[in-house]
Amino acid sequence: MSDTARRSRPLGIAVPVIACVLVYLVGVLVVPLLALCATVLSNLPEVVGQLTTPEALHAMGLSLVLAAIALGINLVAGIAGAIVLVRQQFYGRSLLDALVEMPLALSPVMVGLGFFLLFGRTGWARPVIDALGLKVTFAFPGLVLATTFVTLPFIVREVGLILKVQGTSEEQAAATLGASPWQTFWLVTIPNIRQGLELGATLTVARALGEFGAVLVLGGAISGETQTATTFIHASMEERQEPAAYGMAMLLAAAAAGLLAFLQSRRRR
Amino acid sequence: MLLRLGFGTYVSALVAAPVLAILYEAFAGGLPACIAAITDPVAKDALLLSLGLSAVAAVINGVMGTAIAWGLVRWALPGRKLLSALVDLPLAIPTLVAGILLVALYGPQTGLGRVLGGWHMDIAFATPGIVLALLFVTLPFVVRVVEPVLAELDPAEEEAATTMGASRWLTFRSVLLPPIVPAIAAGTVQVFARSVAEFGSIAAVSGNIPHHTLTAPVYILGEVEGGSPGSAAAVSAVLLVLTLILQPVSRGLVQAAGSRRV
Repeated sequence: MSDTARRSRPLGIAVPVIACVLVYLVGVLVVPLLALCATVLSNLPEVVGQLTTPEALHAMGLSLVLAAIALGINLVAGIAGAIVLVRQQFYGRSLLDALVEMPLALSPVMVGLGFFLLFGRTGWARPVIDALGLKVTFAFPGLVLATTFVTLPFIVREVGLILKVQGTSEEQAAATLGASPWQTFWLVTIPNIRQGLELGATLTVARALGEFGAVLVLGGAISGETQTATTFIHASMEERQEPAAYGMAMLLAAAAAGLLAFLQSRRRR
Repeated sequence: MLLRLGFGTYVSALVAAPVLAILYEAFAGGLPACIAAITDPVAKDALLLSLGLSAVAAVINGVMGTAIAWGLVRWALPGRKLLSALVDLPLAIPTLVAGILLVALYGPQTGLGRVLGGWHMDIAFATPGIVLALLFVTLPFVVRVVEPVLAELDPAEEEAATTMGASRWLTFRSVLLPPIVPAIAAGTVQVFARSVAEFGSIAAVSGNIPHHTLTAPVYILGEVEGGSPGSAAAVSAVLLVLTLILQPVSRGLVQAAGSRRV
């Protein structure tokens, strides 16, 4: 499709449709975003004050740590999963595929409930974790579990899409030329899937920073302990500390925009 | 083989175990108890509200998403890249933040909220706020499925139709629409499924009033926190069954649409 083909289109139908599209996008997305910015900027000293309390800083730090852990786990599990799902044929492959996609469709609250039923006071897995001396609900491991669950599909899916397009010919060539499987993996597979890896990793971090329902149920949002950036916003709203809630929301929105901008800049190259 | 076994075990433990735990808990007290938990007046209204508002969001974003996709594909003006980035934004913004944005705009303490409240048009802590939150959160879905399909169509066909005297509506209906119907359907199903599951934005914006603005996921949270995991699991099981039906439907439609990206 050339540019002349685009330009030569009669504009009669285009103008009203594009006007509708712009009004809709501005109304649904842009105006609420600007409203938050305006609210925060008009009250900046109080917002800064409420965001530099030890509780707020702890919540931010915890969210970053959880995102980093989820990224680390998913880099390993995601690449392994993509290779298994795309390159191997076995009985139950489509079931495994559906399970991997499941976190995208489940309500986060249900994720929290499921783990709560497993690890809570009367949970099935309780004897095991008690024997190990672990605490999952209302504790750090529960937050890790919740975050890892909701971020499972991203790297698997994005790397899988690239693996599917590329096939295995390059790996076969490397093996024929005498490369060990490990060399082939690091020198051929990893550079080839880099783009999918970047996209999947960015989505993983974004989702981890923004996870709310599952960490609320499983972590209990104990201030200064299991409270993350999102559950901090929730608690601040309930305590009518709007400046704190709006400020933290703005930080998370800015982080999301930054991650998207990073993706755009990588895609252009 | 080892890799397959390892990944299979990992996914079973991480995903299958909690899902099975929910199903087990839902039916642990027997089928009658499960049905009683679902047909409890508050639970039933929460489920119906979730389904109804999700359907509204699906229809609106089905139409508007198609229009946005068309605009992105056929619009050669500058600013298209910015628009495209804007459409992706809800994928990255935490859904709780989406709800907070709406409270910051329409909340009862804001200027706009007070004006609208004076006209008895409450948006925050009422159903319109929930719909706006769902529209925000699910905006990219239809666009991203329809866009690649539209991009592969030849605009010459549309032009040929108009040149030969077809009205704009006839051109749209008989040339543009048929090849993108599966993609629109796939996106719409995704919007609906995602909306039914949505929690963060609704928790912030809806006010969570039983029978009025309490949706199913927020009801589940209340039951867990109130110490009744059984009824939480029963309502969760309903959502789970819905997911298990909608997920393959959406997959099939995406494949039919010939779209590489979901």
